[in-house]
Amino acid sequence: MRRRHGVGYWFIAPATLHLVLFALVPIVYALYLSLFKWDILKDDKPFVAFANYLTTFQDKFFWNAMWNSTRYTLVSVPVGMAVALLVALLVHQKIRGVTLFRTLYYIPAISSGVAVAMLWTYVYLPEQGLINATLKLFGHPGDLNFLNESAWAMWALVFMSVWTGLGPRMVLFLAGLVAIPNSLYEAADLDGSTRWRTFWKITLPMLVPTTFFVLVTSTISAFQIFTPVYMMTKGEPDRTTDVVGYHIYSEAWEKFHVGLASAKSFVLLVAILGVAYFQYRAMRDQLREYDAS
Amino acid sequence: MKATRTIKNAATYTGLILLAVFLMAPFVWMLFVSLHESKSPIPSMNVWTQRGTFGFLGREYAWVLPEVVPNVWHWDNYRFVLFMPDIPVFRFFLNSVFVTLVVVTGQLLVSSLAAYAFARLEFKGRDPIFVLFLLSMMFAGPVTQIPVYLIVRSFGWLNTYAALIVPGLSSAFNVFLFRQFFASIPKELEEAARIDGAGDLRIYWRVMLPLSKAALATAGAFSFFAVWTDFFWPLLATNSMEMRTLEVGLSVFRNSYGATNWPLQMTAAVIVMAPLLIAFLFTQRYFTRGVMIGSIK
Repeated sequence: MRRRHGVGYWFIAPATLHLVLFALVPIVYALYLSLFKWDILKDDKPFVAFANYLTTFQDKFFWNAMWNSTRYTLVSVPVGMAVALLVALLVHQKIRGVTLFRTLYYIPAISSGVAVAMLWTYVYLPEQGLINATLKLFGHPGDLNFLNESAWAMWALVFMSVWTGLGPRMVLFLAGLVAIPNSLYEAADLDGSTRWRTFWKITLPMLVPTTFFVLVTSTISAFQIFTPVYMMTKGEPDRTTDVVGYHIYSEAWEKFHVGLASAKSFVLLVAILGVAYFQYRAMRDQLREYDAS
Repeated sequence: MKATRTIKNAATYTGLILLAVFLMAPFVWMLFVSLHESKSPIPSMNVWTQRGTFGFLGREYAWVLPEVVPNVWHWDNYRFVLFMPDIPVFRFFLNSVFVTLVVVTGQLLVSSLAAYAFARLEFKGRDPIFVLFLLSMMFAGPVTQIPVYLIVRSFGWLNTYAALIVPGLSSAFNVFLFRQFFASIPKELEEAARIDGAGDLRIYWRVMLPLSKAALATAGAFSFFAVWTDFFWPLLATNSMEMRTLEVGLSVFRNSYGATNWPLQMTAAVIVMAPLLIAFLFTQRYFTRGVMIGSIK
């Protein structure tokens, strides 16, 4: 049978054109822009070579933002994953009505980010907010100003991210749990293994690929959070919630320093890829062990 | 044995219900506050007593309710927010519906078309091009936002539907997802059609797509929620009131109108959330499945 080979190009043409226009050209364009000092409102656009990168490395507010994103990620990702694994174990049991709970737990994740931010601004209000009002019932003065105190604001965002991120992570862990063959558990039972030991020796090692996938995707998205910060804190108080996604946004769209913002976004990209690679290196042995088993 | 199992089940259900309360409480709170009178102060945790008589029994009743449950239910808040004169919330809603429908349909078509070629056809450069699609997923996000804005601006598309729609018309992730799915479909099915003289386009449309309803539903559901709740791009790409989508419109609403008017803020939030919840009711099973397809790499 004669088959025309050219037909494949017609099939991929629309998607490829889109890829070139909205993914490949922009990357090259961003690299080009990062070499110019350009205020988007003005016409002159002097070539400055690597000066923007130099400015980035010397900008203490950029490093403050990187540090904020790092501490946000370092807490929200492990805590969010641990909670999600725990909930996945809970809804993995074969009991009546469990699918209803799985569905309910997913709802925060499909919600509008803006609506959720408004809702949680309200939850965190001093005096009348949901948390402070509850604290008052227990005799606490209920005067914690979560979003306006440097000591609290970042952790308020972290707590909220555990709430919004639960659903997808739970489903991923659930998929991992379902894939573990029952025979492994039966063998452990025959050996008289305790449930705690079974969890550490069978369940966790069998979840290594899932854990790796959840870890990398969660880290990448944690490094890029924007909407909650834009809606709830604007990087305040005292720049303690000025995460790098918001920092680059305000550099580009409030100060209109397009070249500098491009340079900063490349530094962020390299940092994210570096962290993902580090995570791969750290988990490589466990991933190999899993593949071998 | 049976007793310990009952205790264990009771403990599990307690945990499940407590967690559900923790996750749902803010939403319930939102709904109740949205029904309070506009500009009324934030309800406290105090209680109030409702009294009345059962009409048919003629007996009096009284019970206490938390203050968050409104005394009079102000459903008119919804009409007010949807049709307020200075902020066209209903227009935001129509914009969101239109943009989401076009983007989701386009994305499914464009991505599955390419995925068919990557899964089934042979042509020079096929695998390197596919790798480019995969790589592009890693580079999305902060790096491309400025150039995409400048490209769209150079086309003169800012503040038009084209700006809201065209950059979303294909998704590398969906190309990947469909390719995996098509690769799992046995080839015998299309060979029969090919012997009958069907071309590739016909096989794609008449054989592959009908067999891929599950993948289409999954990808469609994910795209729907991603596009409907997208905030960053519509915020950059539009600047006039008439072109805002609901998600951006909601933030405009809060900043310019309801900054301290909590009942109306929550009314607007419910208006944005309601279509999402209704859509989720119909598509939730594809969600649990879809996240799983995405994880198999």
